[in-house]
Amino acid sequence: MTTPAIEAVDVTRVYSLGGTEVQALRGVSLRVAPGEYAAIIGPSGSGKSTLMHLLGLLDRPSSGVITVGGRDATSLSDSELAVLRNQTIGFVFQSFQLLSRTAAIDNVALPLLYRGIGKTERRERAAAALDAVGLGDRKGHKATELSGGEQQRVAIARALVGEPQLLLADEPTGNLDTRTGGEVMETLERLNRDSGVAVVLVTHDRDIALRTQRQIYVRDGLIERDEPSAMAQ
Amino acid sequence: MRLAEAFRVAVGALRANRLRSLLTMLGVIIGVGAVVVLVAIGSGAKQEVEAQVEGLGSNIIFVVPGSVEFGSAPTISRLQLEDVDYLGRVIGNPDAVATTVSSGETVSVGSDEVFSTIAGTNANVPNVFTRPIARGEYLTATDVDTRRRVAVLGSAVSDRLFGDLEPLGRQITIAGVRFRVIGVFEEVGSTFGVSRDDEIHIPVSTAQQLFGVDRIDAIAVKAPTIDDVEPLRKELLAALSEKYPDEEFSAVTQSQILGTLGQILGLLTLVLAAIAAISLLVGGVGVSNIMLVSVRERTREIGLRKALGARRRDITVQFLIEAVLLTTIGGVIGMAIGIGSALLANAFTPLPAVIAWWSPVLAFTVSVAVGVFFGVVPARRAGKLEPVVALRSE
Repeated sequence: MTTPAIEAVDVTRVYSLGGTEVQALRGVSLRVAPGEYAAIIGPSGSGKSTLMHLLGLLDRPSSGVITVGGRDATSLSDSELAVLRNQTIGFVFQSFQLLSRTAAIDNVALPLLYRGIGKTERRERAAAALDAVGLGDRKGHKATELSGGEQQRVAIARALVGEPQLLLADEPTGNLDTRTGGEVMETLERLNRDSGVAVVLVTHDRDIALRTQRQIYVRDGLIERDEPSAMAQ
Repeated sequence: MRLAEAFRVAVGALRANRLRSLLTMLGVIIGVGAVVVLVAIGSGAKQEVEAQVEGLGSNIIFVVPGSVEFGSAPTISRLQLEDVDYLGRVIGNPDAVATTVSSGETVSVGSDEVFSTIAGTNANVPNVFTRPIARGEYLTATDVDTRRRVAVLGSAVSDRLFGDLEPLGRQITIAGVRFRVIGVFEEVGSTFGVSRDDEIHIPVSTAQQLFGVDRIDAIAVKAPTIDDVEPLRKELLAALSEKYPDEEFSAVTQSQILGTLGQILGLLTLVLAAIAAISLLVGGVGVSNIMLVSVRERTREIGLRKALGARRRDITVQFLIEAVLLTTIGGVIGMAIGIGSALLANAFTPLPAVIAWWSPVLAFTVSVAVGVFFGVVPARRAGKLEPVVALRSE
């Protein structure tokens, strides 16, 4: 069996809100293989966003272990976690999260900046990533000068520029109309096929989720069902 | 992330908010500018006073009765006119001893009246002090010996009483007594804010009679060279205490006066600089405040950078550089404005302003330090933001 891209073993996450404890995750185990294409699906408040934050190493579990490429992430310091995140995970957010006054190419190059890569190489790799998402002619445009679909594709280029093992996409089509949403999904799927990066979508949209090879249903902080898609079979 | 990269990111952030950056800098600009200008004026005042003291002449010793500390109340004079001759004999050079007794009196020519300082002096004043005569001549020993009613006018008094008329040979009335003008001084300016061009010199013997006194205020002795000043000062004091064993006298040299004045003016400059430094401090608080606002506003940006791999240190350094850049640029602009204002003040106002080399250097260093000091709190706060919390904020 190959080393999973990311694995969660019996993770819980408890928030304390105004004195009361809220159990967002109550013992979740999950394994994502390299190159896999999966969706985490569930209604709002189900704990799917918390799960995404834990898988993205943006947050720490209250208990349980998360390993990335076979490496235990829960024992790392904040700085080590930042480095691991930078090298292994790419993010696509619902609201794009681009730096608005910054050119597309510099937005894409941002993860490489924190990896200590020099400006020339950063720009070359960012340009290549923008070409890969079909925005080769928009390199110098600022984020505010791009359409929603273009912005999300810049964000995808940014997520991929560091060649991560896992791409986490949190409602990537949530702020887009059906047509541009479809284009963004196609871009993600093509990159998953071509570059072999594992892609995990987090969504409440069943139609989107059913495009993937595997649906992980989350409800009340637990995985309710985890099954391969009918289409993929 | 390399420091040069962090620097570029910080510059970008400041440029994105030009107006705010400029307004934030303003406090530092004003603070640094004020330090530079006020120190320049303080130093200028000190230099000018020193020039005035030195402008009196060189190697002069002032002998006064009583024990004087600079600024203490004057004592009743026990010096007599005969002491002038006595000291002249003791030091073997009677021509190097001048004296004065002065009083403010009304001086009139016809219906024109002015109030002037009347100084009773002897013929040695030109030997001791730098006091060139423009027209006519100075008092002579005969004038003093025979109590002649003759006067030498300061240039300003002469202008006011006679205007364009030739004053030599004309009559003036001092305290009701008529005097003949025999000389006019060249313009010499003022010493310690008192215009010496407003003085009128008359023979000391005549002055004593006019004022109804038998004292003299002070004796001034000129030493041949700077090395003779201190031995001569001791010799004068010894001679006086020999003649008046129960009395106390003081002999003050120009360098002693300069030293005391230098201390006072140095302190004044320091106080001015301290007041200006407070405004620099307030500017620093402003920087801190705006940086805190900026951190709050850019919470999402910070969260994103962290999600993409920025470590706490990367974020802290970025915001610290922003704060230091604000105060450093503010410091440079403030320095330029300060130096510019000092030069303008020098050229267009009576305020003397001299840029001491250390004041811009100090102000600049302090403004950088202010940036570090007041930038640390906001920068640390930015660095500590949790990526999840930061990303969630909309």
